[in-house]
Amino acid sequence: MLEHDIVIIGGGPAGMAAAVAAWDKGATDIVILDRDDDIGGILRQCIHNGFGLHKLGRELTGPEYAAVYKKKVEERHIKVYYETMVTDLTADRVVTASNRDGILKIKAKAVILAMGCRERSRGALNISGKRPAGVYSAGTAQKLMNCEGYMVGKRAVILGSGDIGLIMARRMSLEGAKVEAVCELMPYSGGLTRNIVQCLEDFNIPLYLSTTVCEIHGDRRLEGVTIAEVDENRRVIEETKRYIPCDTLLLSVGLIPENELTRAAGIPIDPITNGAIVDEHRETEVKGIFACGNVLQVHDLVDYVSDEAEIAGMSAAELVLNGRTDGTAVNTAAGNGVRYVLPQRISNTDSDVALFMRVVKPFGKVRFTVKSGDEVLATAVRIKAAPGEMEKIVVKSSKLALAKDTVTVSLEEI
Amino acid sequence: MERNITCIICPRGCSLTVTVDGENTKVIGHSCPKGEKYGIDECVNPVRTVTSIVRVTNREDTMVSVKTADPIPKAEIFDLMKLIRETTVEAPVKIGDIIIENVYGTNVIATKDIK
Repeated sequence: MLEHDIVIIGGGPAGMAAAVAAWDKGATDIVILDRDDDIGGILRQCIHNGFGLHKLGRELTGPEYAAVYKKKVEERHIKVYYETMVTDLTADRVVTASNRDGILKIKAKAVILAMGCRERSRGALNISGKRPAGVYSAGTAQKLMNCEGYMVGKRAVILGSGDIGLIMARRMSLEGAKVEAVCELMPYSGGLTRNIVQCLEDFNIPLYLSTTVCEIHGDRRLEGVTIAEVDENRRVIEETKRYIPCDTLLLSVGLIPENELTRAAGIPIDPITNGAIVDEHRETEVKGIFACGNVLQVHDLVDYVSDEAEIAGMSAAELVLNGRTDGTAVNTAAGNGVRYVLPQRISNTDSDVALFMRVVKPFGKVRFTVKSGDEVLATAVRIKAAPGEMEKIVVKSSKLALAKDTVTVSLEEI
Repeated sequence: MERNITCIICPRGCSLTVTVDGENTKVIGHSCPKGEKYGIDECVNPVRTVTSIVRVTNREDTMVSVKTADPIPKAEIFDLMKLIRETTVEAPVKIGDIIIENVYGTNVIATKDIK
């Protein structure tokens, strides 16, 4: 069995940033395990721009953003195992992986989970119809088009207005396809406003809210879809059904954090985020195992993935080098208008802690209040809040020291 | 003329109100100088950065991702796309290499390394 201080599972943006942060903190015995033949993860297929404005102060495309971190990994001579699939993880930090050389077992002092997400697929949606070619998840279509140069279709309907769906609407339009519509089940888009402007409005693509795809037509190749409006219970309104001819249907209907290894290690999962329950160091309920990036919570921006991964990387290094003793833990909770709060637990109130959260639905001007019992720990006003845009509120350590009980974040419209 | 637009410079997505009256322009609602510039440009001469891919002829099933080094006028996007589709390159390619020179006042450059 091999032994390393820190093993990082996944070499996407989270894994790379965690590795660099841990190394810079002094823990230099690090390995990254990645199932692909290069590191960079999903950034490699995200050829559009808009990455790095927060983190690097300049606007980059996905491959460029990945290259910035890959260079940092290479400069530090951090060992990467390519084409290596991790098949098991135990609570005492034994990582089992498989590659061309066979089976690999590594005993780690700390493990950082950075496996990212996979896409929800057609099977999760219960759309009736046969199984013709031409139905893709948006990310699969993105990889086929951007990495392999394979055009997926000429006339498309996109279900789901998350950012990947919007980006693909533009990408297909640029390559000469006609995008007939983007349908969104919810009464609001899950994507960033800027993407609705530059991906849909620029190309005159209609966005139909409270609308879904209810039937898939075609035998060998997709011939069309039936779309319909839905009522407030998301049930199809029969009389609004209409047929749109198309040869391609892209599904951009949500991301699922890939937590199979997390579960294998017996790490408790938050049913709302579908990621591990963590403290402010991004350490899970199992000591020495950390999580960051989209496997922990689905992020809007890669810049924030890098930030979160740095917390995990530094904390893992700290644990390996110095050990750590935590103070009294308090839990966090989502109150009125808030869907979840991360971290779910605060182990140490000695330093400031940034809380991340999403709201339950779109709001106008709101005030967030962070409270513990009757004690107000922090407030923040936002001119608008939407489920598609993660919020961040920093609580000062001087205030955190006053938290005797669960720290709850709630909002009120003002 | 008054237009309500959403700034696309960063993910914050500020709601801008832009007033254009001949030479006089006024922007309300921006949070930074870039937003003010975007508001005016969007109403006077809208521009976009275009990203796409170019086939690498001497590597099997390999595409190199590319972008315009600067944003180009919106009206020229589809003409540029046609030009990009007709272009091929040979590896090795490095990030920043010029793939198409001097089009619409800028260059199309590589955004990925191909060994």
